Amino acid sequence: MAIESDVIVIGGGLAGHFAAIAAADAGKETRLVTANQSTLRQASGLIDVLGYPPAAAVGETGTGDAAGDHASDADSDRADADDPDAVGEENPNAVDAEDPRPDAPFRSGPIVDPFEAIPELPEGHPYERVGLAAVREGLATFDEVVDGYVGSHTDANALVPTHGGVAKPTARYPEHTAAGLASDDRDAVLVGFETLTDFDAPVAADSLAAGGVPFEVAGVTVRFPGDLRADAKATRYAELLETDEVPAPKAADGGSSGAATHASQGRSCRAAIVERIRRAVGDVDVDPERIGFPAVLGEERTAEARADLADRLGVPVFEVPTGAPSLPGIRLEHQLGDALRERDVRVADGRPVVDVSATDGRVGHLVVESAGGSTVPMAADSYVLATGGLVGRGIDADRDGVREPIFDCHVPHPDDRYEWFADAAFGDHPFAYFGVDVDRDLRPLDAEGEPEYANLHAAGAVLGGYDFAAENSGAGVSIATGHAAGSAAAEGS
Amino acid sequence: MFGHAPDDGDESDETESSCGCEAGSGESDGSAESRSTSEVRSDGGEPSDERRPTSELCSDGGIDADVPGDPGSAGGAGSHPSSDDEFEPVQVFPDSTEQDLRPGADSCYKCSTCDTNCPVAEVDDEFPGPKFQGPEQWRLSRDDAPEIDDSIDKCSNCMRCDHACPTDVPLSQMHNTARGRYVDDQLSKLSIQYLRKKILSNYGRLGRLGSLFPRTTNFVMGNRAVRWITDRTLGITDEREFPEFATQTFRSWWDERGGAQVQSEDRRVAYFHGDYANYNTPEVGKALVRVFESFGYEVAVPRQRCSGTPMFANGMLDDARRAATVNVTEFDALIEEGYDVVCSCTSCSMALRQEYPELFDIDGTERVAANTYDAVEYLRIHEDLREELADAETDADDELPDLAYHAPCHARNQGLAEQALEVGDAVEGVDVDDVGDSCSGISGTYGWKSKHYDTSMAIGDEMFDHMEDSEAETGMTECPTCAMQMEHGTGYDVRHTLELLEATLVGEGEAW
Repeated sequence: MAIESDVIVIGGGLAGHFAAIAAADAGKETRLVTANQSTLRQASGLIDVLGYPPAAAVGETGTGDAAGDHASDADSDRADADDPDAVGEENPNAVDAEDPRPDAPFRSGPIVDPFEAIPELPEGHPYERVGLAAVREGLATFDEVVDGYVGSHTDANALVPTHGGVAKPTARYPEHTAAGLASDDRDAVLVGFETLTDFDAPVAADSLAAGGVPFEVAGVTVRFPGDLRADAKATRYAELLETDEVPAPKAADGGSSGAATHASQGRSCRAAIVERIRRAVGDVDVDPERIGFPAVLGEERTAEARADLADRLGVPVFEVPTGAPSLPGIRLEHQLGDALRERDVRVADGRPVVDVSATDGRVGHLVVESAGGSTVPMAADSYVLATGGLVGRGIDADRDGVREPIFDCHVPHPDDRYEWFADAAFGDHPFAYFGVDVDRDLRPLDAEGEPEYANLHAAGAVLGGYDFAAENSGAGVSIATGHAAGSAAAEGS
Repeated sequence: MFGHAPDDGDESDETESSCGCEAGSGESDGSAESRSTSEVRSDGGEPSDERRPTSELCSDGGIDADVPGDPGSAGGAGSHPSSDDEFEPVQVFPDSTEQDLRPGADSCYKCSTCDTNCPVAEVDDEFPGPKFQGPEQWRLSRDDAPEIDDSIDKCSNCMRCDHACPTDVPLSQMHNTARGRYVDDQLSKLSIQYLRKKILSNYGRLGRLGSLFPRTTNFVMGNRAVRWITDRTLGITDEREFPEFATQTFRSWWDERGGAQVQSEDRRVAYFHGDYANYNTPEVGKALVRVFESFGYEVAVPRQRCSGTPMFANGMLDDARRAATVNVTEFDALIEEGYDVVCSCTSCSMALRQEYPELFDIDGTERVAANTYDAVEYLRIHEDLREELADAETDADDELPDLAYHAPCHARNQGLAEQALEVGDAVEGVDVDDVGDSCSGISGTYGWKSKHYDTSMAIGDEMFDHMEDSEAETGMTECPTCAMQMEHGTGYDVRHTLELLEATLVGEGEAW
């Protein structure tokens, strides 16, 4: 017999978590199944709702592909790193220094108030499907469930500098990044660590300055105390900053001491870093009123580490969100995991769904693969599909077509695969919009526009009709549609 | 799966073989565009390199399939260099029947999620992490491959990296294989390190001896002087107390009771108890037998050896293969007769389900893997366990304590991390409290080595803290070495989930 529950959510990202939270809060026994560990470790930890208008909307006002280009710059950290020209005169950072949040939405630049822009979105956009109220409900749930985030005091986007030196328009952001906002006019120094090559502080500072931020900014690079390996993990920095330990020098025989965790007696990692920063700051022309670090200031006790650094430095300290693997993402993963546990949502991870049984237009049960190829049936009254998009493998593509691999839901796309992409690398690519179409209950629709299954709802990047990277809407869409799909699934069970 | 050309399989015989250079574009950016540019002609079909579930990855010649000079035999790994003048970008695959793990390595897009899950890399500056020891090293390996980096010995084989990887890179398979090569090729058979590996990985042999005179052995091994000597001579830490041998092994109990007490044609399970439940915790094996019999199952207890888990972790792959051969042969024969395999130890089930098919090419391996289950998982699938537990008449309030549960990494890897919590939910009067998702740090024999003891305890700190925070003062887990670590770090008595089932459903077993 199948392992049973009221609602099964498939997928362990933001959409899956919020779907499960909504279903459990509606009183349903909920299970979350995910093929691999949650991918939140790859998330920046920033919650963007709508940073840029979709290219289509901008096209109507006559600015063509510009929005796509801008948006790509702002969102993709890889693009930033690879393409120094990304920070040019059209850079979205170039907000008016006098008025970082102008009261009218930019035509092609960052959106000031996403809640004003959402009702203008084209039909089929996930926000249009669920409606503005659902977006607010999703965010309200986020604010309730997750501690240590800022931004709920206003509808306006904040501009949070990320590690490429570009500011991302964001609706919610960790409190640890709050002192770093690009709209703040306090002069800043960014600090990088020699061996943590993901964050090049001088380059990030130059990018911010070139973007016209309303403050002086410089970057310095210091050596991390102790004898860290050149490829030490982000989690290793976090561990040492959190425990305030300096690792003991390597054993004389070149290995096998194994006691690397034992701190050198009495040395404070944070004090040593502060010492080095003081020396390094003497070499730059900026007198910092705040200091930014790559976001590795601890995993569980970040507030303590950050407060201590600020205390020692005498100025506020902030984190600059980095790419994957990301400590802010890991912290968010922990918080959402706790939220599921508190709600008795059972998580089976590392379990791909390999088959589905359906009768009379309803999903009957899932066949979930366990280690070694044995399979386990799992059944529920309603299901939420939150498996991600092309990157997350919730949407599958090859030369012959584009499909949704679990339920084989219809994914609209041109037959000719040369129509799937635009010529310009950062152009408005149709493939970015590939995903399932849904009705207003978020039920995936077949080619005739009818629900594929009465008891299946979809959320997050598996949805079509939006380009989250270009719009900076990934987190917001996942939270809003996840919450809405979880609520709809609960209602149907 | 994104980037997986569905036609690979059909075309592997001809020019479209998905060669190594193509696999590089496979997982991370396999757009339609990149597929077309990757049709570089490369002779020598390499069927093993298309992306497949890990479980299939090595059906074509495990590392032990060292049949020389017969490229056709063990899975078509023989790639012949082109004899004509056609463009040959690089001869990626050597003439070898050895399994090639580089295609799996090419699925790695270096997101480093595995590294952030590695409990060793977080606390040990000498360990470069799973990404380096896995895909990075494999990607570079050629015929003249440099030696395996000796940091491979620091991997504890918790297998969290497998679970972390968003693109299913077979990391632990790479680590196990590399460790095997390291021990075979680079480690002196006369070294203390080798001797220690031999001893720790062949626990079953010790167990058999120890169980002949359990009281004497327990006395001797409990002696601090003896422990001091093993620490100084063998590098087996004297900080830990050796597990006590039971006065009666599980198998001797089984024989004494006359084997199976329930006969059934259609409800049959074959129990893989492994060494630990046999020699040290027979109460776990007894619990399994009594619980399954209470559901009307006929239980078989065939001849068996260690699952091989400590052998993989110590790079003793020859030893592991011998043990696996016995196990696969015995259990496969029972599967023919309609039995499913159940395990009480989650590392044993992990070995039968994942590591055997990844590492060995023994006839029947795949079938055993596909028919093996964790014992509690099996009951959850085949019985209405929740209902049974809820209806049970046991007065758990009086008899059973609240429990601080730790999910072993190898349970987590099988998607079973929260199963015991659900079982606990169904038992009225017992609170099962999850002590978090950290690794216990012992990872089998890893934490038994003097040189790893401190690392092991540093990893375990988080779990110890959470256990102390929990109201429960008895621990619960499915892995015997996690249980040792839990006891060692907190002094709690630690029980098995099957014992909770037994107490609730059968009302027998060891006192709580």
